[in-house]
Amino acid sequence: MTLRPFEQVVAEYGPMVLRVCRAVVGPVDAEDAWSETFLAALRAYPGLPGDADVEAWLVTIAHRKAVDAARADSRRPIAVPEVPEPGPRALAEGPAAGSGSDGDLWNGQLWDGELWQALKALPQRQRAAVAYHHLAGLPYKEIAAITGGTADAARRAAADGIKSLRSSLGTHAEEKGEKR
Amino acid sequence: MTVSASGSASGPQRREEPVFAALPVEDTPAQLRLHERLVGAAERDGLLDVAYRTLETPVGSLLLAATEEGLVRVAYDVQDHDAALADLAGRVSPRVLRAPARLEQAVRQIEEYFEGRRTSFELALDMRLTKGFRREVIARLPSIGYGRTESYAQVAEAAGNPRAVRAVGTACATNPLPVVLPCHRVVRSDGSAGGYAGGAEAKRTLLALEGAA
Repeated sequence: MTLRPFEQVVAEYGPMVLRVCRAVVGPVDAEDAWSETFLAALRAYPGLPGDADVEAWLVTIAHRKAVDAARADSRRPIAVPEVPEPGPRALAEGPAAGSGSDGDLWNGQLWDGELWQALKALPQRQRAAVAYHHLAGLPYKEIAAITGGTADAARRAAADGIKSLRSSLGTHAEEKGEKR
Repeated sequence: MTVSASGSASGPQRREEPVFAALPVEDTPAQLRLHERLVGAAERDGLLDVAYRTLETPVGSLLLAATEEGLVRVAYDVQDHDAALADLAGRVSPRVLRAPARLEQAVRQIEEYFEGRRTSFELALDMRLTKGFRREVIARLPSIGYGRTESYAQVAEAAGNPRAVRAVGTACATNPLPVVLPCHRVVRSDGSAGGYAGGAEAKRTLLALEGAA
């Protein structure tokens, strides 16, 4: 089986990987993480077996990039995130659009900063399990292969993560459900 | 919403956990920005093995693809662009991206040709998709000048194999670089246009454009 043009891989999985990156490394670093993931994927692509699970392969690469970025981040003496210009919605709605801190004023029209605040509060393991299962749609066995540990542990991490997210987002998630 | 005990993927509806409702599934501006960034990085790192784009012309949408060596493929709509790209992925490299910048010169020259302002192409070509006698035939095509035609038999003779009339027909039919390598200038001995990869009408259009019909 021959490989499809890489362009089709970007078109099919690009949006999913961006959601995963946004959930795992956050809005500020997500696009860098996406870019590193797809450049590494492009480099390795000709060697990928034709019957490989492309989705799991991409999430595996994205995971490694996220782990690398987290390590680099922890070595950085003072992490000063870039604060992008506030987007139209953030401007229209004023400071109340974010959940308070300046970091939330990134392109506010894309998705709500509250979600990232809630995700950021999760242990890294739970955040990854939640994103890989609920955004990438990977089975727990696959997630365990990526993050280490057992499928049961991945399932528990995802369940605990979702529980924490629901409680920290409260009714907001339901109110905002209609926006999508 | 149920998740099976094994946790296997059981359909997209399972994935949409309500807490992620605020996170857009599609974010087109971001995707466009990221695509452009990927193409730039791929070009910089020598990973853009095949760059392509499409171009609207009087003979329909043309797919243009180039390797680092040069233009490698021109495909008509009727030849199925997706099939042409799949073929490139299999025969050249699967590192195929939509990356218009590399095709700028080809686009400009083809546009000039269709505006009647250009009679020959000056482009780097990558002929790797054709081999042997077919390649010899294809490579000689530019010697048939703009606005002129030759018969399949004449081309066979010029290629040093007068009896290879059918092979010339096959070479033209499988020309990976139509328009640029002018197989449309090869016609039947009786003067009728004959077959063409882009369809008989495209061939007539090109010959009419060149004032040869």
